[in-house]
Amino acid sequence: MRQTDSAKGLKGGTEYADMLLLRFGEFTLKGKNRSRFEKTMLRQVKERVRLYPGAKLITEYGRIYVELGGEPAEPLIATLAKVFGIASISPVKVARSELEDIVTNSLRFMEAIAPAPGTTFKVNARRVWKDFPYGSQEMNRLVSGPLLKAFPALTVDVREPELELRVEVRENGTYLFCDNIQAAGGFPLGTNGKAMLLLSGGIDSPVAAWSSMRRGLEVECIHFFSYPYTSREARQKVVDLARVLSGYSGRIRLHLVPFTEIQTSFAGIGQDNLMITLMRRSMLRIATMLAEREGALAIVTGDSLGQVASQTLSSMNVIGRATDLPILRPLVMMDKGEITELAQTIGTYELSILPYEDCCTLFVPRSPTTNPNLRIVERIEATLPGYAQRLDEAVAQTVTVDLTPHGNERPADEEEAAVQQEEWF
Amino acid sequence: MIYWDYAAAAPPYEEVVRTVEQLMQLHYANPSSLHRAGADAAALIRRAREVCASALGVRTEEITFTSGATESNNLAIKGAALQYSGRGRHIVTTELEHPSVYESCLQLREMGWEVDFVKPKPDGGIDPWDIAAAVRKDTVLVSVMHVNNETGSVQPQRDIARAVKEANPRTLFHVDGVQGFGKLPGGPRDFGADLYSLSPHKIRGPRGVGLLYVREGVRLFPLISGGSHENGMRAGTENLPAIVAGAKAVRLASERQRELAGRLLPLRDRLLSFLRGIPELVVNSTEAGAPHIVHFSYPGMKGEVLARQLEQLGMLVSTRSACSSRTAEPSRVLLAMGRDEAAALGGIRISLGDGHTESDVAALETAIVKAVLALKIAEGGMR
Repeated sequence: MRQTDSAKGLKGGTEYADMLLLRFGEFTLKGKNRSRFEKTMLRQVKERVRLYPGAKLITEYGRIYVELGGEPAEPLIATLAKVFGIASISPVKVARSELEDIVTNSLRFMEAIAPAPGTTFKVNARRVWKDFPYGSQEMNRLVSGPLLKAFPALTVDVREPELELRVEVRENGTYLFCDNIQAAGGFPLGTNGKAMLLLSGGIDSPVAAWSSMRRGLEVECIHFFSYPYTSREARQKVVDLARVLSGYSGRIRLHLVPFTEIQTSFAGIGQDNLMITLMRRSMLRIATMLAEREGALAIVTGDSLGQVASQTLSSMNVIGRATDLPILRPLVMMDKGEITELAQTIGTYELSILPYEDCCTLFVPRSPTTNPNLRIVERIEATLPGYAQRLDEAVAQTVTVDLTPHGNERPADEEEAAVQQEEWF
Repeated sequence: MIYWDYAAAAPPYEEVVRTVEQLMQLHYANPSSLHRAGADAAALIRRAREVCASALGVRTEEITFTSGATESNNLAIKGAALQYSGRGRHIVTTELEHPSVYESCLQLREMGWEVDFVKPKPDGGIDPWDIAAAVRKDTVLVSVMHVNNETGSVQPQRDIARAVKEANPRTLFHVDGVQGFGKLPGGPRDFGADLYSLSPHKIRGPRGVGLLYVREGVRLFPLISGGSHENGMRAGTENLPAIVAGAKAVRLASERQRELAGRLLPLRDRLLSFLRGIPELVVNSTEAGAPHIVHFSYPGMKGEVLARQLEQLGMLVSTRSACSSRTAEPSRVLLAMGRDEAAALGGIRISLGDGHTESDVAALETAIVKAVLALKIAEGGMR
């Protein structure tokens, strides 16, 4: 079967499709929990299909069918390909389970695909409905015969064909398909618990979020902002990023933590090279408190080994000790190129490169240490006046907003500005 | 002077004028600029989109701002045709359409498309069966206006949508909602429309801004390229004051629709029965039409002449629709409805708005009697 990354890659488009066939990912290997996984995924599929009133869902063991009912295939494929747990999607043409109609539709199907001269090809028929008068082998011949006659450009190759037309004969209809569009895969969201993710405005952390969601983790995002040193736009950018992520999860919770006080208190102690270490540790502490509040069991970061001073092994060691929760670093062994590519695929890259300062690029010392000393760091923290209280305050002043892909949700503290303009609308 | 041409351009609300003024002064920044002022402007446009979406009962991303309903109609028709030419090259529309729809279809016909213009019944209504019969396997788009801008006839959009989708589920359905919105209930979702055009200046908003609802999943080939504005469908620096004030007008119109219709209907009915009592006149509107448009002809008398007489008497009326009133041709819409050329040349359109009262209508009636009488005498003298 043809492997395609997205609906756009399909030659001949998806115009012929009457139905979509969704296949499940690796979780089908999990014996006992399978039905829980399936239910979670089905719920998310339903939520997306609901926006297309003509479309109808049919579930079957190990598969979901979406009858298009006149709805456009392409946008549906695009949104369903984002549902974690779906491994692949095939646009399907449905024929009546009568030989003549199957052949006619196969011809039409091939017309839409318009194979290039010399394309190797085979028909792979399966008779699910045992009362159908022709066997699978027989069907292969009966369908490929007329196709080869009508498309002389095709040559048969039964071992490794470039184009494989699958014909599934069922009682209520015969399914014709040959494209296998790769979808998000992984585990259905939330089936592996919940974690807090540190979301900066950068390229890495959204990718880390996506990677963890793909493993079935429900993710809540935490963003630290240093208003007025950083702009409202920087904060909006993070809201927008989280909204893109919600395209994969249906909804996502974002915690906006005011970080100015903590950050400026570090700036005053004359330990410039330890700034980043102290900042990261305080972020982890706040994240830990929020995790406790929200019932999350891990912290996810976008760390990639050696990328910046705070991501050397020795820094990760000192920083990581600020929390008892496991820190998951999905990108830790990936290089920048791979991460960037993923960011482009999941649709966060364009937002990530918007040029706003965030709290991590603010007050960056000229030479941050790559090898901090845990003992010294702990001693500095112990002598910081009101440190613990400041962390508590930051948690207390955190603004939380639940975002959905098409919603207009805004952090509560921005409402004021909107009200002022209300008379204009 | 009493203004009876709301269907051509309704006087803007005072608040609309104020909004435009304040926004021009305060928010001149380009919404695409990165700085704070630009971000503020962008936020205002975002809010305007939300306001329009909620007034229409659709989703925020489904709203595209244009320069006016003419552009909306052009984008809907040519944008859909160019985007989906793979599905076929056939369009179905009606003889009633506004020039911005009609001419767009003619342009496509010059480019090799096939266009079927469905004829209305004598009362100006379109039969959904006629639409269904015209839709083919390769029909990309059907465009039918909600309310006709000359006669006020109302089309059964829901039935037409159902007929279209039954005939071919892939065919897109466009509704030109310009004269219907704010006067009659119903929005794009109620009509089953994939595309829906609106114009704020017909509902007491500013001009220079238009709106196009594009159902999620539908893509349009942009007619104006140059930037990623409006979701890549329409490039150009946003007309911020008009967009925000337009959103205000859209919101007010949807909130006040019932009340306005309730106020205009008795006025319209009074005018209709009055006009029917004058033997020289032929009334082309019916009670089944929109609450704000009354159209009549003085067969044998050019509409322009009657309009000038009425203007002498302090009444500003329109000959059919403003967009075609400067041509001397008989009205295409009236001809399609089966009227003869004499009637189609003599059309006058009265369009009502929320400024009008019973006594205004009484004054109009007096003026019409006087004008008809004067013309009759003059005509007699000429014979």
